[in-house]
Amino acid sequence: MKAKTADKIATAVIIAVSGLIVLVLAGLLGYILIRGVGHISFDFLTSPPETIRIGGGIGPQLFNSIFLLVLTMIITIPIGLGAGIYMSEYAPANRITNFIRLIVEVLSSVPSIIVGLFGLLVLVNMFNFGFSLFSGALALTVFNLPLMVRITEQGLKGVPREQKEASLALGLTKWKTITSVMLPISMPVVLTGTILAAGRVFGEAAALLFTAGMSSPRLDFTNWNPLSPFSPLNPFRPAETLAVHIWKINSEGLAPDASQIAAGASAVLVITVLLFNFGARWLGRYMYRKFTAIK
Amino acid sequence: MAQSFDRQKAKPHIAEEWVGKIVTLLCIALLIITIFSIVYFVASKGLSTFFKNNVNPIDLLTGLKWSPEGEPPFFGALPFIFGSFSTSILAALIAAPLGFCASVFMVEISPKFGRRYLQPVIELLAGIPSVVYGFVGLSVIVPFFRDVFPGQGIGIAAGALVLSIMILPTITTIATDALAALPKGLKEGSYALGSTRWQTIYRIVLPTTLPSLMTGIVLGIARAFGEALAVQMVIGNAPHIPRSLFESASTLTSAITLSMGNTAMGSLANNALWSLALILMLMTFVFVFIVRFLEGRSKL
Amino acid sequence: MKKTVMLLMLLTVMVALAACGQNNNGNNAASSNAGSSEPASSEPASSEPATSDLSGSFLASGSSALQPLVDQVSKKFMDANKGVSIQVQAGGSGTGLTQVSEGQSQIGNSDVFAEEKLDADKAAELVDHQVAIVGMAAVVNPEVTVDNLTKQQLIDIFTGKVTNWKDVGGNDQKIQIVNRPSSSGTRATFEKYALGQKSEDLQGSIQEDASGTVKKLVGETPGAIGYLALSYLDDSIKTVKYEGIEATVDNIANGTYPVWAYEHMYTKGEPDAAVKAFLDYMVSDEVQNADVVELGYIPASKMQVKRDAAGNITK
Repeated sequence: MKAKTADKIATAVIIAVSGLIVLVLAGLLGYILIRGVGHISFDFLTSPPETIRIGGGIGPQLFNSIFLLVLTMIITIPIGLGAGIYMSEYAPANRITNFIRLIVEVLSSVPSIIVGLFGLLVLVNMFNFGFSLFSGALALTVFNLPLMVRITEQGLKGVPREQKEASLALGLTKWKTITSVMLPISMPVVLTGTILAAGRVFGEAAALLFTAGMSSPRLDFTNWNPLSPFSPLNPFRPAETLAVHIWKINSEGLAPDASQIAAGASAVLVITVLLFNFGARWLGRYMYRKFTAIK
Repeated sequence: MAQSFDRQKAKPHIAEEWVGKIVTLLCIALLIITIFSIVYFVASKGLSTFFKNNVNPIDLLTGLKWSPEGEPPFFGALPFIFGSFSTSILAALIAAPLGFCASVFMVEISPKFGRRYLQPVIELLAGIPSVVYGFVGLSVIVPFFRDVFPGQGIGIAAGALVLSIMILPTITTIATDALAALPKGLKEGSYALGSTRWQTIYRIVLPTTLPSLMTGIVLGIARAFGEALAVQMVIGNAPHIPRSLFESASTLTSAITLSMGNTAMGSLANNALWSLALILMLMTFVFVFIVRFLEGRSKL
Repeated sequence: MKKTVMLLMLLTVMVALAACGQNNNGNNAASSNAGSSEPASSEPASSEPATSDLSGSFLASGSSALQPLVDQVSKKFMDANKGVSIQVQAGGSGTGLTQVSEGQSQIGNSDVFAEEKLDADKAAELVDHQVAIVGMAAVVNPEVTVDNLTKQQLIDIFTGKVTNWKDVGGNDQKIQIVNRPSSSGTRATFEKYALGQKSEDLQGSIQEDASGTVKKLVGETPGAIGYLALSYLDDSIKTVKYEGIEATVDNIANGTYPVWAYEHMYTKGEPDAAVKAFLDYMVSDEVQNADVVELGYIPASKMQVKRDAAGNITK
């Protein structure tokens, strides 16, 4: 009887705590969205920020965030895939491989602020990239790579052994087997993971404060020549992303509507991250269904 | 004839195989170079405080007074180290029971509801950017603490609460994986002997998964230890060991973000900040080794 | 295989972009060098943005307090001079001075004299251009009844000798200090000209680097005191007089209110033509009477007193 009461109490507590977590998230999202959504309009999303006047937008910041994300992924995906393939398929089972695994683990837990400082020292000052999108993208690559490696490894490990062996038995080389049999099968896992990693890039600020800078030059959206300093596409211009902008507006904002802008920008950021999350989920499920239906 | 044909045919394949192997090896090499250069640069900057500016490392680790611009300057980083440890450990103490409950709910009590609602919720918490956490912390948690507790609201308690929400996903995900990976026989055996669910959980499930749970907690602490912006916004940043949880304090990360841009590269004050970064990095390594050790034990 | 090809292509594009960017930088450097060999600026200190035969590309980095002004003026300057491209970056005064001293940027924006951040020999290489004045005032939570604080009272508060408002003529309430980190230029100015001595990092005091956060915390926290640049002052906080003198533009200009500092734009050696034209435009009446005032600074031309790095004032 006593044991049963204890069981009931424990169950109730566990359910209550789980409910509390859901409530906390609901409260958090609700707070951000309710405070911010009212401020979001087409104008807000496209117009440049104002220093002291009312009515500034977040257009360049939004563009910068997206562009930085694309740049980062262009660098991260190939290197991450390559390194993941090596770790999962080619690496011999010995001490050196174990050591590499440890290193990847260490890299994945290096705090983002350290990565930012490293970027400031090496990318911004030593290589003279300046506060730029390029420095920012490289810094973000540093802490997205380990994640990408792990995702790729996970994806490749999930491929049924029979399929891999059948391909090898047909006389295909290991490389061919990896690229044409194993990668496509592991695609849902890899893609889902990649999108989630991309969401992280979108929200990162600490590392970017020191690498991509806190200012956004005037962008000329009719100039698509990546060499022009006013072109949105120039990777060597400083670029304040949305997350950094929220940080800056909260701390230095002079505009009278700074707090509304911060709330609006936070809401945009959270909505984007939500979209990434749901997109990844949906895509993963869709691809899984598609692949399993064919097979 | 046939042999040479074979060789010609085989060559491109072998070449391709080698290219693949080398390209992927280069990728991993790049990764290794990156981590070593991070360690090298942070260490060389961080150590120059001791070698170039002749600051005693013992003073840095145990000193209580931090005033790098003062006359004479003092470099006592103990308040920051204390702040970092207390916020992150406190955050883990708040988050660990919550995360454990959530994972028990998802695995043992209602897998269907859990997978459907609780897991996405937890993953979303992981996706929310840290500046947004800081923003909410400064506009909700700090005023709330100011009204309810003595003090100004800012401080270790506010920092720990914000961090605990941020590390909840890490702890929960790892705990859930550990619980789900538990052999069914163990639990079924316990139920067959007439144990209730709670008895099974705390007599069987908890002890066997403890190393994995600890892994999650240490990873959570590691993440909290390195988090910068959200903490800086709510902790108050006074370079002192606070007398209460609701008094302004500092962490390693908040000290770095606060002053890095204001000091000139190469100056003593700047080098001292790099020393803080070095401590931060070394602590990260310690956490990784603890995790390794725990993982080794959970495999037994 | 297709995927590999695609990835390789992407990589190539990246490398190409990187190379182009590098190239671009190289060109900029070359063109600014070319500029500097010319006799510096044919039209001395013209108030108009120079004619558009100017060309070059340069970087102004540093102080986040000065960044909005430089940014806004640079946009106007670029409108008038299509050949010039200016990038403005904020990273803190220390970063700006480091970068201009090491040649990574052409202009280093700073809230403080270079001598206070850099080694003497490095600071000596830099040329100071004072473009505006920023005034600072002590601010308190609106519920604090004190209107005026003397220098000695401020010293007592910021060194922890006085911890209750009743000791300086207010209600019985604990004083909550909102200070800046010791590396902050704003704090250096306040200590030097309002206190005349260093303040202490007191136990329990709050430290924030950003003016917005200081304003928010002073406005919300009962019994709080902090200090802000004049451009941040509004109704959410209460400004207190210093030695009975109000922090107004006129009082600062005629030298009666001492808590102010120059905003500096440093160049390494004498600037080249484009940079010089920009700096001249910065101190021209067109900018000084419009943008400078609009953003809450005080025009350098308005000042009836001058001050050097050591703090000596001359009329």
